[in-house]
Amino acid sequence: MRCLACHDTFFEQPVWRKLLMLESPTKLCRLCELKLVPISGKRCVACSRSLDSLTQAFKNGDQCLDCLRWAERKDIGHLLERNVSLYEYNAFLKELFATFKFRGDVVIASFFAEKMARLYQKDFRGYLPVALPLSQERLVARGFNQSSLLMQGWAEDQDILIRTTGEKQSKKNRKQRMRQLHQNPFSLREEAKIEQKNIVLVDDIYTTGTSVRLAAIVLKENGANKIASLTVAR
Amino acid sequence: MKHSSQVQDLAQHLDGKRLLLSEIPLRKEVLKQVLKKGFLKTESGLETVGNQLKCRRCGNDDRTLFGKHVCARCQTTCSYCRHCLLLGKISSCQQLYSWCGPERTRPSVDRSLKWEGALSPGQKKASEAVRKATLKQQELLVWAVCGAGKTEVMFHGLETAFAKGKRVLIATPRTDVVKELYPRFASSFPQIVISALYGGSKDRQPNAQLVLATTHQTMRFYKAFDLVVIDEVDAFPFSYDKSLQYAVQQAMKQTASTIYLSATPSTTLLATPNLEVIKIPRRFHGFPLPIPRFQWCGNWQKAMRKHKLPSPLITWIKAYLQTKKPLLLFVPSISTLHHVSTLLAKLSLEHASVHADDPNRHQAVQAFRDKNISLMVTTTILERGVTFSDVQVAVLGAEKDVFTEAALVQIAGRVGRKAEAATGDIVFFHFGISKAMRAARAHIEMMNNEGGF
Repeated sequence: MRCLACHDTFFEQPVWRKLLMLESPTKLCRLCELKLVPISGKRCVACSRSLDSLTQAFKNGDQCLDCLRWAERKDIGHLLERNVSLYEYNAFLKELFATFKFRGDVVIASFFAEKMARLYQKDFRGYLPVALPLSQERLVARGFNQSSLLMQGWAEDQDILIRTTGEKQSKKNRKQRMRQLHQNPFSLREEAKIEQKNIVLVDDIYTTGTSVRLAAIVLKENGANKIASLTVAR
Repeated sequence: MKHSSQVQDLAQHLDGKRLLLSEIPLRKEVLKQVLKKGFLKTESGLETVGNQLKCRRCGNDDRTLFGKHVCARCQTTCSYCRHCLLLGKISSCQQLYSWCGPERTRPSVDRSLKWEGALSPGQKKASEAVRKATLKQQELLVWAVCGAGKTEVMFHGLETAFAKGKRVLIATPRTDVVKELYPRFASSFPQIVISALYGGSKDRQPNAQLVLATTHQTMRFYKAFDLVVIDEVDAFPFSYDKSLQYAVQQAMKQTASTIYLSATPSTTLLATPNLEVIKIPRRFHGFPLPIPRFQWCGNWQKAMRKHKLPSPLITWIKAYLQTKKPLLLFVPSISTLHHVSTLLAKLSLEHASVHADDPNRHQAVQAFRDKNISLMVTTTILERGVTFSDVQVAVLGAEKDVFTEAALVQIAGRVGRKAEAATGDIVFFHFGISKAMRAARAHIEMMNNEGGF
């Protein structure tokens, strides 16, 4: 096997489950998989952030400061049921995402897609999975939407959301991201039917949580019931 | 008028290159105009050979190093090469552009060499062979022992090439070598425009007459060079070698000469048809190569599991530390490196350690060079291209597979490189002598024999 991250070849232990194709082959070598840190221990009930690594000033009870700040906002504070993430956003994952998103090495998505599928089954069964879209310009420039690739193999992207502005979230700071709340880049396709449905938004990273909430506003306005988000990194 | 100057810019930008659209900083209209004139050649980035994909830029044809996805640009399932992704993604739906308009001629520069050093007799012979090779289409291997002074051997050949207006590439798999060579060539050829290319460097001299480049950077060139010098050809395993070979083949003109520089040429290289070989069996300073000693040290891995270092090694280290000589200790892997390092610390033996992924690698090497640290533990990363004055060298676990014949010859070649300290100790600590160890010793003895010792 060849590791998706470091391209080194490695030997896979023959296991019956894998030989019988009940499990897909291992995609990362042991050393690279060790560099990924699954979020564990006590975590924020609202956004999945690890509370153990935060100092007292940045948490209160079972929530982190960011989520408490969101909760203070009467208008959109309670739009998002919760966010669930797989890994901590460390230097290794950052580099891996850069290779995946910016350099365009899309096969990396297949590793995360499997893990996302498991988490979806565990936490969001019955929810409608919706990938966060890119604007048309960005989609063409990049050639793919990373969020819908994360749904590869376990869900079909419903493609019910449209994004109009093409600016990158990663180039903005917290304040700039918050300001967007007044000019929502997302809108819903006319033919989409989401009344009374529970929806889980799929994205690569949850940083401030602005993107998913912006999408949630649109979904809520159009009659969705519960809205949650499922992301690779927090 | 404005357009014609932009066409000129494009010609200059694409001169001897093969690039993706995203690497060409020009407006689409100009590009279209040039295409209409027939000055641009376009080829698909990936080609299909049989039923196997092949990347036209890096030559990758390993099935496991291609990916595919539904492409939002061309609306079909598009493949891409994962091997050269760092240079910009090449997908099935993308084209590579190269210039096929009027060819640019380069000025000839006479007497460009401003180096005044002297060559040893062995170097002189090789230098003459190199000069001849630059004049006719030829493949030449300069097989020079470690410390023979390979770089200086190139100088007169390059001067001849520049006098004929030829463009020269010096390719090497290692970034460190590019960085080390650049200042030496820059001071020896002050009139020549030189560009040094490695990951992260900026190409400020797109039309340089002499290009120093790593394997990856060589991949952007296409039919550009009249003379190609490949340094340290054997420095990486075969797969890497293969992509360097492909890159060089694409980068040179059909009529170009190739010169290989190596201390430990592989059997594949030596089997190249019509390859001329010139040997420099003596070091620059005229002293013989130090012959490695073999020292059995028992099952050192088992000893280390019991948190002990083999005693012959400890004795060796302590003896030389007293003489205040710098010591290099090679170990077979990064995990062994960390383990040895903790055990040395337990014995309160002051030392530093380096490996390829070490962010502080360059500082540690500098500290060792400045003699602030007297014991350095390293993986094979320091096996070549570095000179430390009066260094004594030991290898722990010399029987391990990573220590190939070439690696061991190179490691032994670190000892006695300076004229004022031309001898030194090189010990292979082992748990059973390997074929490679024997071959390495035989190799060194053979070179000494040929050198007349």
